[in-house]
Order: sequence, then structure tokens, then C-alpha cells
Amino acid sequence: MPRSEISDPQGQTIEHALPGLGFEGMTKVRVGKRITLSLEAPDLDAAEALVTKACQEFLTNPLIEEFEVQAVNPPKSDT
Amino acid sequence: MIAVVVFPGSNCEQDVAHALGLLGAESQFVWHLETDLSAFSAAVLPGGFAYGDYLRTGAIAASSPVMASVKQMANEGKPVIGICNGFQILCEAGLLPGALRRNSGLRFRCMPVNVRVETSNSAFTSLGVAGQVLEIPINHFEGNYYCSPNTLVELEANDRVALRYCDAQGKVTQEANPNGALGNIAGVLSDGRNVLGMMPHPERAADPELGPIDGRVILESMIRALVPV
Repeated sequence: MPRSEISDPQGQTIEHALPGLGFEGMTKVRVGKRITLSLEAPDLDAAEALVTKACQEFLTNPLIEEFEVQAVNPPKSDT
Repeated sequence: MIAVVVFPGSNCEQDVAHALGLLGAESQFVWHLETDLSAFSAAVLPGGFAYGDYLRTGAIAASSPVMASVKQMANEGKPVIGICNGFQILCEAGLLPGALRRNSGLRFRCMPVNVRVETSNSAFTSLGVAGQVLEIPINHFEGNYYCSPNTLVELEANDRVALRYCDAQGKVTQEANPNGALGNIAGVLSDGRNVLGMMPHPERAADPELGPIDGRVILESMIRALVPV
């Protein structure tokens, strides 16, 4: 997502269009992107740590974007 | 010999080579997989859409094999210039501070603009005069320069803003800002003053057959600053 202190022209444009389509009361519209990937790792913590590092160093530009890492359908633990 | 670095998706390399040739400088295209640029005395990262601008503009190109060697050149004090997409790549590679965001108003801007030379103390503006207005075309969707407030203070304090969008009289106004760039910044210098990123295309303002030739100030300054190898 674009960092909160940075203007988001895409979000603003969408926000201005919503009332015209009958969708009232929707504010603070912001547009980001989602990257999904698969990863094999010893455990969930290790996977999240690696993906977080990838986000910091390559997948996002921390100067203008913030990110959140989320495990979707993590494999069930054996223990 | 000047290296013109070509990434998959670069599209201004021919224009750069043509302009440099007109000014009597020899250049050679260098594919982005090259890892040794030690034989070159300067590098140009031309405009285009390297790697389709996937992920973020310049993000993937910034990690391509040639960039370690470009960094090495910058560290050695050789002139390195990134034009348009090249500017975006230099920012993503950490050679210049800041980032280029979508133009305000979400408009792709392709037009001549006026930029004011802010300093003549650099490898790219030595033949210019502070306050001089140059007419050079822009052609971009992501030229909205952004940096942190601290970085901006540092850039201003150290005279590292090379060019600002201005009107024909040299006044820096909001109306003259084509993309929403912070401080009307059109070009930024490295700490060592030998790396420049700029959104306008000086190579498209270098051949009198095609119109104004104000871009020559930038290119001729660079040619003058070439470091013999």
C-alpha cells in the first residue's frame, strides 16, 4: 500500500467516482497491490521472516510503500 | 567511450547514441547482463520501460547484473546519468535518494517543459549557469519525485537539486510542475555530484534538425567530465 502520509491519486479518483454510482459514505480510499507466492520453509515463522525480508529489500519500496505479510492456508504442523 | 546501458524494454538508447555522436562522443550499447564496465569512462541509463516496469518502475532493472558495475563507476567518480526510466532505476538501485511516483492527476505527460539549472557544480551542468532555463521534452507516467523531508533538507542544503521545472522566465511555479514532483524537482545529483537522475530527455533536445538543442548543455558537460580510462 502507498504509505499513509503519501497521497494516492488512484484512491482519490475512485473515491470521487463512488457517490456518482450511488455508493455514499465511502472515504479514505487507497489502492495497493497484493503479491501471492508459495514457499517451503521449516516453519511459519521462518517463512514469514523470509517474505518480510523480501518485502523490505525488493517487493516494496519502503520509502513510499508499507506492507503486511499474511500466511494464507499455512500447512498444518506435524506436532 | 561512453556505455549506453540497454535493459530489456529500454527504448531511448538509439536517441542517446545519436545525440552523443552529434557531439563527437563515442558510445557503445552495453547489454544489462554485462558485468564489467571498467573500459568505459561514463555510463548512460536511457529511458524506456525496463522489464516492463513490472513491480515498480526501475525495480527489477536495479537488480540486474550490470548495476554492480554501474555502482562501481559511480564510486570511481565517473559520470553516470539516468534519464527518465534511467532515473527511476538509479533511485531503486540506491545510487540516488528518493523515488519516482505516478504523476499527480494520473496523466502520462509527453511535452516540452522548461527546467531551471540550479547549480553549475556537477559533471552534467558545468557548461550551464545557475538560473538558466532549458527547454527539454518529458515523456513519462511516473516522474513525480518524492523523498523524505530529511532527505529534501539534505538535498537543498548540499546543492544537489540539479534541475527544477519552471516557467519560460525561470520562475518555479506549481503551474510549471508537470507531474507533482516535490519542490518541482526534475533532476537530482549524488553526493559526489557525478551521478545525475533527470526526468526530461536531453538526448531529444540535441539535434537541430528536430528542434531546440538545450539538452546539449547536459550532454556536453558530461562529455567534458569524462574520466580517461
